Amino acid sequence: MKRALALSFVLITAAACNRADAPPSRFGFGRAATPAEIQTLDIDVGPDGVGLPAGQGTAVSGAPVYAAKCATCHGSAGEGTPIAAALVGRIPNDSFNYATSTGGDRRKTVGSWWPHATTLYDYIRRAMPFDKSGTLTPDEIYAVTAFLLAKNEIVTDDFVIDAKSLPAVKMPSRDRFVADDREKSNRVR
Amino acid sequence: MARRDEQKRPASPAGVTDPSAVLEPLLSRRSVVVGAALAVGASVMQGMAAPVPQARPTPPIVPDGPVPDPTTVLGRLPNELGVRSQFEKAKRRPSNTSSQAPLDDLYGAITPSELHFERHHGGVAVVDPATYTLLIHGMVERPMIFTLDDLKRFPSASRICFLECAGNMARGAKEETRAQQVCGLTSQSEWTGVMLSTLFKEVGVRPDASWFLAEGQDAAVMSRSIPLEKAFDDAMIVYAQNGEAIRPEQGYPARLLLPGWEGNTNVKWLRRLELSTRPFMTREETSKYTEAIKGDKARQFSFVIDARSIITSPTYPGRVEKGWIEIRGIAWSGRGKIRRAELSFDEGKSWVAATLQAPVLSKAHTRFRHLYEWDGTEVTVMSRAVDETGYVQPTVRELVDARGPGSGPYHLNPITGWRFRPDGSVTFRTEKWA
Repeated sequence: MKRALALSFVLITAAACNRADAPPSRFGFGRAATPAEIQTLDIDVGPDGVGLPAGQGTAVSGAPVYAAKCATCHGSAGEGTPIAAALVGRIPNDSFNYATSTGGDRRKTVGSWWPHATTLYDYIRRAMPFDKSGTLTPDEIYAVTAFLLAKNEIVTDDFVIDAKSLPAVKMPSRDRFVADDREKSNRVR
Repeated sequence: MARRDEQKRPASPAGVTDPSAVLEPLLSRRSVVVGAALAVGASVMQGMAAPVPQARPTPPIVPDGPVPDPTTVLGRLPNELGVRSQFEKAKRRPSNTSSQAPLDDLYGAITPSELHFERHHGGVAVVDPATYTLLIHGMVERPMIFTLDDLKRFPSASRICFLECAGNMARGAKEETRAQQVCGLTSQSEWTGVMLSTLFKEVGVRPDASWFLAEGQDAAVMSRSIPLEKAFDDAMIVYAQNGEAIRPEQGYPARLLLPGWEGNTNVKWLRRLELSTRPFMTREETSKYTEAIKGDKARQFSFVIDARSIITSPTYPGRVEKGWIEIRGIAWSGRGKIRRAELSFDEGKSWVAATLQAPVLSKAHTRFRHLYEWDGTEVTVMSRAVDETGYVQPTVRELVDARGPGSGPYHLNPITGWRFRPDGSVTFRTEKWA
């Protein structure tokens, strides 16, 4: 009994010391985020389509939007200019020998290098047009996305892009991307 | 003070008793402000209550003619903000998308904050620290919002590490190329903030979470997916750089810091972290920051910076003289500490270890130096880094062999060198890539 009492005293003392020295599991700083606050900022679109809003567009409805808001930098047909990347272009047979090719015509376009169609919606909503980002409506973003997919001959001009159809679009380079393996060894990879 | 004054200070204008009459002409470029300060000083001397002066002298500019004997000119008064000497010219080298740090003008391990390289995708955001918030949500027990003050209340940590853009190599550079232009998109700071693991424990990460999205509030609303393990390894949310608030170009008031990982993942002006069971496949981790490799594939989520080095002195456009030369440079690795920095004077046939400057920190620019007695004949000096994992910085040929000639432009870390010519000029060692 005495031993048990002594032991419990030691344990209590140890617990008290822990409380004073060890960091707590939580500090209680910050506050709970409300669903409305989360919804305002939660703009990302995943490869599974999670996060895509209501709305739709086709290449036909996207052509005037592209001409008005994208063509100045990216070229009237998405061919690229000195200030912005080419967006349109497929390599014959979707050949992906970028690393071993020494040819100059291996341009990284939506049709040749983008593995997920959903990334178009996500990125245009975030960052385009370059000098007026965040100003396009969901219908405009869907329409420009449809326009770029059609120009790259991935969908037809009348194909309706919306929250359901976009993640189902299979991109030509979809299976070309592999995880980094450099750290599995100390050899040059 | 008195001795020197007696010898060098010229006589005061005869008959002048009011000190401000002597000072005013000497301080003509800042006469108005200094005059006000002196007036305040005078009123203090007269025992009157005086307000603290709000404005102070502006920094002096380089005089047109010869610099006057500084022992004859009253120097600038104490100031609220320091400025570097008007004779120092080190500058970043800006393009439309980035600015390179002047590696060849720097000393020691720390990059001055004003010379830290820049890379941003929608310009430098202006964020009000008073309204700044960081949202953490998704696969967490408690979605939460933290103000900047909240972040600063948590236990703090400081760490010195490099930060480097993944696309930091000027392939095919010509002989007249500065070290700044070869690979100036790397810099080093002491960063201070809160460990990301501390914040993630605060919100309670659900067991099935495996990735998180980091999102900035710049015009690009920059976003990258990060494996959750990095958060519990060494990731931080930092609000300070080299002892002061981080610079606007570096993400003021708070950014993500992922030591050793490519710069783009260190999202600036950070506003949101969302935990998830899968990566988000943002533009920067699919159509950018991925590199072609052999086998008709592209490498994705290639985060770590491989070991590399560069000689920063002597380099173009500097000059060399016969005799002793201290060859100086930096070596670094995203995988850990630098074990050796080596130099070759025979095109890579043999290597000699340079001296590393202590402390050698993990994932940090490490200074190296080596004394070399130059006989005046043409010689090329190359550097290579070896890190604590045994990884040896490759040659261009080894990189091309491993990945293919069309790989890049990311994660290129080849051995580079400089040629000392008999006329004393120093040029970059050019090399073909394919």
